[in-house]
Amino acid sequence: MDGTSLMRNSMLSVRDLTITIGPGGKRIVDALNFDLASGDMIAIVGESGSGKTMAARSVLGLLPQPLVTAPESQILFKGNDITSIEPRALRKIRGAEIGMVFQEPMVSLNPAVTIGEQMAEGLRLHHKLGKAEIRDRSLAMLERIQIKEPAKCLTAYPHEFSGGMRQRIMLASVMLLKPRLLIADEPTTALDTLVQRDVLDLMVELTQADGTAVLLISHDLGMVSHYIPNVVVMSEGKAIESGPSSEVLRAPKHDYTRRLLDALPRRSAGGMRGGGCGKPVVEVRNVVIDYPGRNRLFSRTEAKRAVHGVDLTVRSGETLALVGASGSGKTTLGRAIVGLVRPTSGQIAFLGAEGRRPADRQERHREMQIVFQDPYSSLDPRQRIADIIAEPLKLDRAMNAAARASRVEQVFSEVGLSPDFGRRFPHQLSGGQRQRVAIARAIVGRPAFVVADEPVSALDMTVQKQILLLIRELQARHNFACLFVSHDLGAVEQVADRIAVMQDGRIVEIGERDDVIDRPQHPYTRQLLEAAMLIDRRFAENDPTKQAMAL
Amino acid sequence: MTRFILTRIASAIPTLILVSIAVFGLLRFIPGDPAALMLGDLAKPGQVEAMRVQMGLDKPVVAQYLIWIGNVLTGDFGRSISTGQDVLPLMLNAFSVSATIVLVGVFIAALIAVPAGMLAAWRQNSPGDVGVIAVSTILLSIPSFWLGLMLLLAFGLHLRWLPVIGCVPFSQGFWPALVYIVLPVTTLVLSEAGPIARMARASTIEVARLEYITHARAKGLSESAVMWRHAFKNAFAPTLTLIGFVLGSLLGGIAVIETVFTLPGLGRLLVDAIYARDYPVVQGTMLFVAAIYVVVNLVVDLLYPFLDPRVAA
Amino acid sequence: MIALVLGQSRLKFNAMFGITVTALLLVGAIAGPWLVGYDPLKLDLPSRLAGPSAQHLLGADEFGRDVLSRLVHGARTSAWIAFATVLFALVTGTVFGVVAGFLRGWTDRILMMINDAFLAFPGLLLALGIMAVIGASRDGIVLALGLAYMPIVVRVVRAAVLSIREREYVEASRVMGNSEFITMARHVLPNCVAPIIVLATTMFGWVILSESALSFLGLGVPPPAPSWGSMLSTARPYIGQAPHLIVLPGLCISITLLGINMLGDAVRDWLDPKL
Repeated sequence: MDGTSLMRNSMLSVRDLTITIGPGGKRIVDALNFDLASGDMIAIVGESGSGKTMAARSVLGLLPQPLVTAPESQILFKGNDITSIEPRALRKIRGAEIGMVFQEPMVSLNPAVTIGEQMAEGLRLHHKLGKAEIRDRSLAMLERIQIKEPAKCLTAYPHEFSGGMRQRIMLASVMLLKPRLLIADEPTTALDTLVQRDVLDLMVELTQADGTAVLLISHDLGMVSHYIPNVVVMSEGKAIESGPSSEVLRAPKHDYTRRLLDALPRRSAGGMRGGGCGKPVVEVRNVVIDYPGRNRLFSRTEAKRAVHGVDLTVRSGETLALVGASGSGKTTLGRAIVGLVRPTSGQIAFLGAEGRRPADRQERHREMQIVFQDPYSSLDPRQRIADIIAEPLKLDRAMNAAARASRVEQVFSEVGLSPDFGRRFPHQLSGGQRQRVAIARAIVGRPAFVVADEPVSALDMTVQKQILLLIRELQARHNFACLFVSHDLGAVEQVADRIAVMQDGRIVEIGERDDVIDRPQHPYTRQLLEAAMLIDRRFAENDPTKQAMAL
Repeated sequence: MTRFILTRIASAIPTLILVSIAVFGLLRFIPGDPAALMLGDLAKPGQVEAMRVQMGLDKPVVAQYLIWIGNVLTGDFGRSISTGQDVLPLMLNAFSVSATIVLVGVFIAALIAVPAGMLAAWRQNSPGDVGVIAVSTILLSIPSFWLGLMLLLAFGLHLRWLPVIGCVPFSQGFWPALVYIVLPVTTLVLSEAGPIARMARASTIEVARLEYITHARAKGLSESAVMWRHAFKNAFAPTLTLIGFVLGSLLGGIAVIETVFTLPGLGRLLVDAIYARDYPVVQGTMLFVAAIYVVVNLVVDLLYPFLDPRVAA
Repeated sequence: MIALVLGQSRLKFNAMFGITVTALLLVGAIAGPWLVGYDPLKLDLPSRLAGPSAQHLLGADEFGRDVLSRLVHGARTSAWIAFATVLFALVTGTVFGVVAGFLRGWTDRILMMINDAFLAFPGLLLALGIMAVIGASRDGIVLALGLAYMPIVVRVVRAAVLSIREREYVEASRVMGNSEFITMARHVLPNCVAPIIVLATTMFGWVILSESALSFLGLGVPPPAPSWGSMLSTARPYIGQAPHLIVLPGLCISITLLGINMLGDAVRDWLDPKL
């Protein structure tokens, strides 16, 4: 976008916004331009490190040290340049004219101050209202966002609410001041799929009602395309493409945008790979898992049942996806299968044997492995990559050092890492590279079964795609059975042969992938599917003939 | 909330019991016969035997402990060997001296050090911050008793502004009493301000980088409102724990300052009793100080939910 | 930018100053007796309470003993006691901390109950009580201070073990079939080393301070052996006549502690960049 497209009624005009680490230092954001008209919505989309969050923060003058805006930058809000405004005037704009909603609802409300006080603060400061008036307005707003018992909510503290509720409360407290512009920095990334939808709907509803403009920061093109008409795609500090969302999605001009679109969840080609044909590797029969309650002198926590009598089978060469919201018991079940959690009752048979004897357990451990969600904490920070990958092989006494080394080298190439990485430590690797190492460690011993516990949800979209493809490729080569635990139907759609949907510790629906996604039987599955906001297939398919047909 | 208070109070009881066992057990390790020690060197064997029976030393150890702890609970800590006085009033008199100095000293130290540490953290790496770090690290490194001696040298001996030794109770007039505690209190303020400032700074830095601080700024609050309304409560919680720790450990560590200024406090009472092998006083004082420390920590824990409501949940 | 430079140079300054002072302390402690000519115990009554002179570079004490020589030997005493005490507290504390964190359950609960009872004695009180029982001696201080500081080590090590054993890389080790013992030895303990080193550096300073306080109270190193704390204690009556007897030992303690504290800050910044 260039200067000539400056709109007359533009409320926010960002011109040549450049953010550096210290004056003259490395550029985090490089000559960014965009305009936002009053009451309009725009999204900045990019992956981590693209500079999108810092660009948004600079609009409120909230850059963390030592970041600064370069002198040529202009951020014109209603004609005033925010980069050169004096602090007192800027504080009059913050909150009153421009509101901001943050990413992590767990840390962006002050844990030591009541909800009522945190809501009242802005009203007192900017609108000079009396106590009664503040209370009335706060209550009305809480009612509007459907908080049960609003009066009680005012005296409660943030920790008494769930993440989704906190994000609603945060939104309410910001919109209470009727700002002209709302900046929302990844407001739903930390939330469950179903809750994400609620919060976004609420955001759109509240801003539309007041005619408030929205600047949304997101990594999720699919979600953006459902809500926001205009989009700016950022990569490495530069805006590489901008325009109406539908156009950017349909006909991406830039290579990076195309890759970003490619990374969007899409069903893997080829369909079924003979699901149901392999021999059963894991058979779970009527498994119940309780978290024991505690009895203390004056407090008692009730035992909590995480898994209620679940049956499932995973066959060799297939991927069974276990999908559900947080707290549904899916992770607990996955951990029970690999022996990290002991089931309260029921059987988990592995390759036909139950393996109660310790000797069996050692044997079956080598045949099953796990890949965790967070690649930052799943690798021992004090070991070198080659040692981390070789570790499972050390349990195999038949293998000598030379055999181990050659196997490790082979695995390096299988997961797409150069063997040079072997001498490095985990902190020297990127998130995607670490996850490749975690996968290498899982498959190096040629296991019969791998649990992948949310293996991509901490990664950027383009990296997610690579990791999902890698898992599929390795499975085709080594024919292991895979239990893929995830909350993200988009990721699941790309790797699963079969899908099991879990809700409150029970499996409510299980079936072939296409059946579950195209013809969901259970209402909860339908809800999940609706909320997943899978991108419109028209845009997702980059095949030009299909695009033409769709048009 | 009520449940939190009850649980916390109840959990202090086993600690107190173990502390009393530890004090009782420690004094069992003393070489020699306690009865003979009680009577001194000139006692005849028959007298020692009679004393043993009188002290209950012929009974099993558990019974001895139960008798002792039973007496302690009724306020009977025994008698001093060297002076023959009851131990409890001795301790209470000495405690009033120590407590006055410690409470006033730590209160003033916190009043200076907490804001200094927080302001330093708010302007991290500014010259002011470096100054606060330098001063607090130097204060942290000077032993309180030497600092006391230096103040004594400067203000007592050279300038002759203040009395060098002794103390006057506040019951004999406010000003005379104040004059006597100025130097010991100043010593305490200076030596305790260091660690408190460093802790306040560290926890404020931790809090200042959290998202709710940015959120408070995004509301348009002024820097001072952000700091006092949003950062203070959260940053002060760990500092409060440290202040409780300092208050408690001073009750044992005050002995050195009381020695410098010849004050008849609790620490001096304990050290003199150790010199004199006056074991009932040693036993009583150790139990008394440890019990007060447990209570101080209990009070800190009970105050905690006001700073961080998540604790009581 | 200025702030950044200040922050960087402060770190370097801390480390340099800390290392220099600690090295000086060690040199004095090891080579001291060969560096100063005088026997720290030799009496020279005519020079009693004398100020600095060519004969006694830093003056003489109430028995005419050479102050410089006593200060250097005091460094030897302090350094020896500090090393022995820190070693004792670290070894015993780490063993109990690892056992508690490793076995958990009832072993943990009982060990922690005993440990908490130890921790319920504030500061010097426990050391004073132990000194009361075993009497003042150099090895007695090591035992008393070692026992007094051990519970803190137990707490820190146990907390580190408990937090690290929940990390995902430790779970991965369990899933691949490693025994609990191998998991502990290979993945948990090596990751506990950083907090233990930070604690050891800090503790070194605490011990030197506590030792000088005990000696000042007359419950530490028994006379006539030289120790900074006992030098202050015996010089106290002469504070008016010979202030150098008070000023010098205190300066030695303060500079040593300052060096160790700054070294400790540098070590913590280096190993634990969070603070």
